[in-house]
Amino acid sequence: MSGPETDRAEHEEHPGRQDLSRWQRLSPRSVLASSGMLAVPLVTALVLRVSTSEDPTRGLFEAAGLLAVAVLVVASAWWRWFFTRFRVTEQRFELRQGNVARSFRSIPRERIRSVDLTAPVLHRVLGLSVVRIGTGQRSEGDSELRLDALSTPQAELLRELLLRKEPGTSDTEGTGAAHHAGARNGIELATMRPSWYGYSTLTASLLLVTWAALASALSSLSDLLRAFGATSWVLERLPTTTEQALAGGTLWVGVLVLLLVLLLGGWLGALVISVEMWWGFRLTLENEHTLRVRRGLLTTRAVSLEKRRLRGVELAEPLLLRAAGGGRLGAVATGLESGASANGDNKALLPPAPRRVATRIGAEVLDGRVGFPPSERLRKHPRAALRRRMARAGLVVGGVLAAATTAPLLGPLPWWFPPVTAALAAVPAVLFARDAYRSLGHALCGEFLVTRWGTGVRRTVLLQRDAIIGWRLRQSPLQRLSGVLTLAATTAAGNGWYAIRDVDGARGVEFAERAVPGLLASFLERRDSEDTTPTEDERTTPSEE
Amino acid sequence: MIDTGSTGGAVRLRPPRHRVNRRALPWWGCRAAGEVLVVLAGMLLAAWWFSLWRELFLPLLVVAVLGCCYVVVMPWWRYRVHRWETTESAVYTASGWISREWRVAPMSRIQTVDTARGPLQRVFGLSSVTVTTASAAGPLSIDGLDHRVAAELAELLTRTTQATPGDAT
Repeated sequence: MSGPETDRAEHEEHPGRQDLSRWQRLSPRSVLASSGMLAVPLVTALVLRVSTSEDPTRGLFEAAGLLAVAVLVVASAWWRWFFTRFRVTEQRFELRQGNVARSFRSIPRERIRSVDLTAPVLHRVLGLSVVRIGTGQRSEGDSELRLDALSTPQAELLRELLLRKEPGTSDTEGTGAAHHAGARNGIELATMRPSWYGYSTLTASLLLVTWAALASALSSLSDLLRAFGATSWVLERLPTTTEQALAGGTLWVGVLVLLLVLLLGGWLGALVISVEMWWGFRLTLENEHTLRVRRGLLTTRAVSLEKRRLRGVELAEPLLLRAAGGGRLGAVATGLESGASANGDNKALLPPAPRRVATRIGAEVLDGRVGFPPSERLRKHPRAALRRRMARAGLVVGGVLAAATTAPLLGPLPWWFPPVTAALAAVPAVLFARDAYRSLGHALCGEFLVTRWGTGVRRTVLLQRDAIIGWRLRQSPLQRLSGVLTLAATTAAGNGWYAIRDVDGARGVEFAERAVPGLLASFLERRDSEDTTPTEDERTTPSEE
Repeated sequence: MIDTGSTGGAVRLRPPRHRVNRRALPWWGCRAAGEVLVVLAGMLLAAWWFSLWRELFLPLLVVAVLGCCYVVVMPWWRYRVHRWETTESAVYTASGWISREWRVAPMSRIQTVDTARGPLQRVFGLSSVTVTTASAAGPLSIDGLDHRVAAELAELLTRTTQATPGDAT
């Protein structure tokens, strides 16, 4: 929520532009921000050491040591600030850093794919924003330039300047006019609805995070209880043998209560996290060619994405969310460093929301050229794909059965234990396998390729056919036996490749050729011309001998 | 070659035209032998250090036999599979042995073309050509080419890709 700051930035528009073409420093307050991060733990440690050490001289020494560390931290932050300068010239963005180890980076402005603003709590208090400039070069390790930190108005100015297309660069038809014609605040495509927080709590990863937090909290709680002798009181009342345990009702009640507490606690924690993440979410379309996502309660994030970098969209439906009829919409775009930010946070276009909304916004973001097709329009995969998934389920059940048959070696268990556990495991395994098969599908929709897969998280990807820069076909020996293969379209955007799993060999190749006409054409042959076997092929062609 | 052996379509992807150089056979063989020897040496060291000769005799034998098979069979198998081809518009490679992989990249999307020669490749007069695109799916690489062929190929690819701009990033 960078409301007032944004407005200010937008008022003092053009005077600052000349400034940015000269060498600029980061905001002096960034020294405070970056050393402040360490100040809090340092000061606490200082106070603790001094107050608790019994030997006063030793305490003083330690305090002096910590103080020295603090001074070093501040000095290095200042050093970094002093020697960091950047400027924006007509053609390039240039960044100088460091003195001892100097670095000078200069990147053409047309290569800049995204400019993101983040403001953690401390930065927000100081009115600062961290600017990340993505160039979308995957080959280099650090393709991301990071300015930590600029004052928020200046950061906004920089963002606008870098993402504005200057006359003279490629596709500029009418952008200047559109830019000045207004739409400063952009066309609003979506804003947060209170009910969406509920959807986002259904994302399994959030639940896991809160469960982990809860577990660590519980373990400290159990320490506390042990201190008061509560644990031994419970332990005395716990049944000692298995038969007793299965017979007694208290255990089941206890387990039920524990489960309820876990579920409720996990859900509440997930709610808190999702509110922090998605508070004040807004998806806007600025200047007709830049999408902007703003969100965050404590840490605010603003991600900008040029529309010409958008090569498609992805709808992810984790199991729980899918059951509730929701989905998560993400961008498939170049220059969104999927590797660097492994959480994939910055590709989110929408919080977990009803599927209907996600598909509508997905279509809108792609200018309504295409929407997520309904299941019936997707081409089914061969039965071999189902057999492969069932076989995998069978392996899992076999593993469970093996574990269950060896379990009685550890202690007495009723004879029916192994078959019953195996049967219990088989039901979900088979259901998952069936669901995984049903999820599989692919199609061509206008200028887009559609592929869908997955059961734990079902993903549907719409990928622009123009953005496909090659094919990768893989076939394992087992796939070879059943005549299927995995066809992957490689692309510069998103993951780098999107696979169509377990598709029939011949149909897959045909599909690939239809998706990108001409690319595979010269490598295809009619099936009936079997006479050109590899060995003959070798003799007839002038290979390197 | 994608020989699906099942029903359906009338087309299939034919294998690329050119095989790699025959000298890739001993090169792959040497590399495989190196890998097997490292494993065997590790096991022998463990057997000697902890004096577990009796316990480790059978595993050692198994590893040695399997390793020999690997060293003998894998290069021939790879030689049957590894192929490459370039046309005016695309690069096409096939690789792997148990699992196979075919890759196609259009000339217009190629970003860099590198040739590399490791010490062992140098012994056999071989060279690898690596072609990268803007995709994170990894480069196309053609291993085991005669080093002169590789240099020619790299030059040809570089010339062709310079003529066709744009990498779809």
